[in-house]
Formats: sequence, structure tokens, C-alpha cells
Amino acid sequence: MAIVSRGFSGRRSTVDVKLPPGQYLTTDFPVLSAGPTPRLPLDRWEFVIDDGTNVLRGWNWKSFRDLPTETITVDLHCVTRWSKLGTTWEGVSLDTILADVKTDADYALVRSYGDYTTNMPVFDLLNKQAWIAFRFDGEDLAPEHGGPARLIVPHLYLWKSAKWVRGITLMHEHQPGFWESLGYHNHGDPWREQRYLGDE
Amino acid sequence: MWHVATVVALHDETATARTITLEVPDWPGHAAGQHVDVRLTAPDGYSAVRSYSIASAPNAERRVELTVERSPNGEVSPYLTQEVAVSDRIELRGPIGGWFVWRPRQTELIQLIAGGAGIVPLMAMIRSRDSAGSTTPFRLLYSVRDPGATLYRDELQALPHQECFVAVTYAYTRAAPKDWSRAPGRIDAPLIADKTWPSDLTPTCYVCGPTSFVESASNLLTAAGNDPNRIRTERFGPTGEYK
Repeated sequence: MAIVSRGFSGRRSTVDVKLPPGQYLTTDFPVLSAGPTPRLPLDRWEFVIDDGTNVLRGWNWKSFRDLPTETITVDLHCVTRWSKLGTTWEGVSLDTILADVKTDADYALVRSYGDYTTNMPVFDLLNKQAWIAFRFDGEDLAPEHGGPARLIVPHLYLWKSAKWVRGITLMHEHQPGFWESLGYHNHGDPWREQRYLGDE
Repeated sequence: MWHVATVVALHDETATARTITLEVPDWPGHAAGQHVDVRLTAPDGYSAVRSYSIASAPNAERRVELTVERSPNGEVSPYLTQEVAVSDRIELRGPIGGWFVWRPRQTELIQLIAGGAGIVPLMAMIRSRDSAGSTTPFRLLYSVRDPGATLYRDELQALPHQECFVAVTYAYTRAAPKDWSRAPGRIDAPLIADKTWPSDLTPTCYVCGPTSFVESASNLLTAAGNDPNRIRTERFGPTGEYK
């Protein structure tokens, strides 16, 4: 089916790991963002859950950091085709964040400082699948990697793991986020290779 | 989904960068700044895919030019810069990306800032401006290691600077030509103040290059008063492959 490239043999990984289709392994941590890196002083940081009209829950840095945290080791898969395995983060589970939020909304729009957005079903944020992380490899999260805090939702392509998160709007319908409005897939499951609009 | 592309021309830009001109019969067209996925497949079915920016302006001939910088440890770029020959076929997917894009209907001032191979999508914007007959003033600040590493040097030199308003400034990081006015070094605040559009003219800025370059240049633009929402960035590395 595919056209064979004359003289191409490729460089197969010698590491025996299973990657999602079309991904290759990297050991460094590339940075991809659509604009400049926002600088957020912690005393002005806040994180808010709303339903589009009303604020349902909100935290400042101190109250956020008072929440119970978890340390997770997860694989990251970027739509630009690199995968990084076994990354360690410390953060607050979305199960904790959304525990006291009364809602029947099925969809979430995650919002960032710098006006980035990304959307996903609420289902993908729950059941130990998503965290608001503030430490990477034991260090405070660097601004270019999303510090002070970013979403980590490792079972979806990494653009869903919004950097510099400031809140989540709960909705009854899908509202495409930044990349989802620019030709990328609405859901973004790397194992089903949902990269671009129209995949699957 | 994957387009079959035939190599119709090859041109060495520098010792390590090559432009590959592809003919893609079913190409849907692209906008300046977009990229493609390139897929190479070995006889046993193993395949590797990487993203490369499109260098050419949108055109009616369904041609796509890619300029690829060879990365010594890369898997795809050594093939594209050393092995591929005219009439070979490779596969393309795209165009991809709708954010780091310049369209001829944009009439605001444009500031382009390139680091190394980051010039490629910005060159597509300069070419698109020309082919569309746009008179929008562009400025390009191009940071490059030394004169020999400059991509598209002759074409950039041939741009009629005054009449046509594409002003090009080079910033050499390692070695500058003789009698160059500025000592070799990275882009800094005085250079931004001197050679980019004043922020009160609200230009749209496109910054492309390695991660550390884009971080630094976009921070300088912000510090100079540019609205972060008017700064669009595209970063690559340090995986050694574009993006």
C-alpha cells in the first residue's frame, strides 16, 4: 500500500518498547507552544471551575497546594510524533478537583493563561486519568513546560495536556479548543492515531 | 490521506541543507507557514514519519518545496538531504497547521524572526507575499550561525528592500562577514529595538527556530511591548528533527 522509498532502510529502535502507531522515541523533552511563554507569579495564580456562567469552585496557589497530591509516572505522546516514556510528575488528581463539583456536564474546555484552550469529554478527566501537575522529575515545573501548573492527561496526545492552566469550563456540548479549531482531532487518542481532523 | 509526491528537483542550499521540489498531483493547496508530514517506507514495510515546513508559496502547479536541514543523528533528514534523487517518490500528508500561517488577506505589519532553519516557513510567507502581489510591509530578522549557513541567501539579497518593503536584517551568532557592524552574538534587546517594528505599530510577529531561540526572541518581543497574542511561534528540536 505504502510507496517504498528507494534506498531507505530506517533506523529501527533497539529498545523493545511498544509505542503508539507513527511515534518515535525521544529522551529529551521538546517544547511546543503556539506563542510566548507566560510568566505567572504564584500570588496571582488561580484555578477556577465554572459552567460558563457561574464559578463552581476556585483555588489560589495556597489552597490548591493544600489539596492531596499524587506522584505519577506516565508516558507522553506528542502529535508531532515523539514519545517520551516514564516521566514523573507530582500533581493533584482531577478526581480530587472535581469531587465536590455538582454537574451533569459531559464536556470540558480547559483554559490556560495566554488564552490557549483544549477540549475533551469530562470522562477523560476522571478515574485517575488526569492531573494538574506542578512538579516534573522532582523539580518545580519550568515555565516553558507549563509552570507553575499544567494539565497532564497522558492517555491523549500531549496538546490536550494544556500548559499554564487557569481553569476548566464544564459544558453540555463540545466546544473545539485552540488546535481542535485548527485541523487537529477532537479527541486525540494516540493508540487510535487520532491526529488530525478527519482521522477515524 | 497520504499523497504520492514525485521529486522533480533538488537544490543544495548550504553544506547541510537541501531543497526538495515535489510534484503532488492531488495536492489540495496550502498556506504559507504550514507543514507536511513526510513518510518514508523501507522494503520490509517499516516506515518513519517526520514533519517539515513548506518553503514554497501556494501555487497552481501543485508543487511543494521542502528545505531540510540534515541532522547527523536523524533518521529521515539524512535520507532527504543525501539519498533522495529526482523521480523518486515519497509520501506526504497535509498541509497541516492553521495557526503559524500568513495569508495574503492580512494587511497588518509583519515581523518575521528566524533562527537557523526556522527561516523555512517564514520564507514561504515572503514568497507568498510576492506571488500574491501583497504590498504589506514585512521585516525579517534572521539569526544564523555564519554567512555560509544562510538559507536562500541570493533570493533574500535580491528582494528590492526600499520599494517593496521586505527589510532583511541578519544577526550572526558565531562569525560575521568582514566589516559587519555588529559583533557575533545572539539576538538581544538593542537589536530588537533597532530592527523590528515598534510595538505601538502592533505588528503580527512570527518567530520560528530552535526552542531556546524562540523562547528568547519571543520574550524580547514581549519585553519590547508587543502583545503576546500577536506573537505566533513555531519551535523545533532538540530531538534533532524538525519540530
